[in-house]
Amino acid sequence: MRITQGTFSFLPDLTDAEITAQIQYALDNNWPCSVEFTDDPHPRNTYWDMWGLPLFDLEDAAGVLEEVNACRKAYPERYIRLNAYDATYGRQTVALSFIVQRPAEEPGFRLDREEVNDRRIRYKLHPYALDRPEGERYSERS
Amino acid sequence: MSENENGSSKRSDRWAAGVMPYAEMGYYEPDYEPPPSDVLCAFRITPQPGVPPEEAGAAVAGESSTATWTVVWTDRLTDYPTYQAKCYRVDRVPGNEEQYIAYIAYSIDLFEEGSIANLTSSIIGNVFGFKALKALRLEDMRIPLHYVKTFQGPAHGIVMEREYLDKFGRPILGATTKPKLGLSARNYGRVVYEALRGGLDFTKDDENINSQPFMRWRDRYIHAMEGVNRAQATTGEVKGHYLNVTAATMEDMYERAQFAKDLGSVIIMIDLTIGYTAIQSMAKWARANGMILHLHRAGHATYTRQKNHGVNFRVIAKWMRLAGVDHIHAGTVVGKLEGDPGAVAGYYDTCRLIKQSVDPAKGIYFDQDWGSMPGMMPVASGGIHAGQMHDLLHYLGEDVVLQFGGGTIGHPMGIAAGATANRVALEAMIKARNEGRDYRAEGWDILRAAAKHSRELEIALSTWGEITFNYESTDTPDVVETPTAT
Repeated sequence: MRITQGTFSFLPDLTDAEITAQIQYALDNNWPCSVEFTDDPHPRNTYWDMWGLPLFDLEDAAGVLEEVNACRKAYPERYIRLNAYDATYGRQTVALSFIVQRPAEEPGFRLDREEVNDRRIRYKLHPYALDRPEGERYSERS
Repeated sequence: MSENENGSSKRSDRWAAGVMPYAEMGYYEPDYEPPPSDVLCAFRITPQPGVPPEEAGAAVAGESSTATWTVVWTDRLTDYPTYQAKCYRVDRVPGNEEQYIAYIAYSIDLFEEGSIANLTSSIIGNVFGFKALKALRLEDMRIPLHYVKTFQGPAHGIVMEREYLDKFGRPILGATTKPKLGLSARNYGRVVYEALRGGLDFTKDDENINSQPFMRWRDRYIHAMEGVNRAQATTGEVKGHYLNVTAATMEDMYERAQFAKDLGSVIIMIDLTIGYTAIQSMAKWARANGMILHLHRAGHATYTRQKNHGVNFRVIAKWMRLAGVDHIHAGTVVGKLEGDPGAVAGYYDTCRLIKQSVDPAKGIYFDQDWGSMPGMMPVASGGIHAGQMHDLLHYLGEDVVLQFGGGTIGHPMGIAAGATANRVALEAMIKARNEGRDYRAEGWDILRAAAKHSRELEIALSTWGEITFNYESTDTPDVVETPTAT
């Protein structure tokens, strides 16, 4: 399966040039970028690990892409996303967030159902990857 | 202010028993400068022949505040100049012999804190049936910040909704289940699942899906949530279905909302037909229970559409933001339902901005300060499809729910394919916009290029092509933006 979180998951994976164009758009709007990675793709896993602090003072798109590539090198088998943040009053939240790397194999999710009273069902979404410890969840292990 | 300070010689017999023109009773005050705490209204008035516009404006001020048809001595037991609404300005509508815009100011003391019912009972209570006017329309209101702050506002608002859904940088995609009436619960849930797994973020009950013999609410909720959860497992994304809790009584609505919550739904919906007080109650419930609240504006066009009479939708939108809903249907411009581009832009501003300025081309008559009240997400629904994506993004922007009902479910390859087509078109358009392309002019090129890697989009474009709904709008701003020379 292909996890479709993020702004551009229905398009073919973005090339570095395409990623740079999106970074440039963010910087033109004064949105600092940040790089985050995880190997727990549960949709409620809000806090992916931060690849350093948000790049508040980096005004060069190539510099941001360098951080993306450094993160890719360190974690070649994890999900990596690029966020752009808008600190404008009234917004103060993420303005753009898209996946820039995903594991070669995405095993997806198991949906567990617990039948409770009155025909209700309690659902639990279980990422198959979580059956292994953090850091060993995708084919990174050698 | 005492009677003497008013200084008008006309007022010497202000208290004589009998009938007196409203203008002479203090309801017309052309020198009045409204303080920032006044509630201001702009009414479009069409006086009966022979009624001067100032008197008509004063009559509206009078009938929507303290006046009755005759002089009453009991006014003198009050500080009546405070409680009298004042018509302080009357403008002729350009190019129209009959209509005027009357500006009326109301003291904030006239209104109960945090009550849309009370506000509207005054402002649109009796006055719309008033004989001295052929027609009357409430065009806009300035709600003073002092009064804004007495309302809850959106249960969550745009920012919290996006953070809750984990969806940023693009419009949200939805679809209304079709056919809107007649599906059994099992079939209904199938549509939900297919549309969500294909790429939509939300599916939705229609306004008239409540609890009918062919599908009772509880069965619908159970099957819809099976679809939502399956789709979450298939995509790894947060999904939702607006479960309509509209019902005959508050007790029924609370029961349904509670059940939606027990099933883990992220969103419920209500119809405008339930009334202002019920809407405020549900907004309070939604805030307390972490539930996004969607409002369908069912019935609004009965009083918002005609230009000479009723209430402009921008006012309804304003009331609903105060009342506390998170979503409101606000027009598409390009779809099958009424919507002049300037007017719709004004509605969207009313939903989303923190501060609004007077803008005649958008039909905005007053500056409006929303303080820190969160924005509500406008919803575009009705006759839109993937081939219009560039126009939709241009007119409606990013903080909007685009709902493709027929444009998803009617796809020749199936519902999921219809959903995928819409999602691919949307992401391709956002990507192109961010890359700095002139996405509006190049819209079709962008869509065709995206269709090269999406058969679903290719089929959608060839099915609906450039279908448009080009009819004159009945409700347009008086001022049209002058096109810039090219």
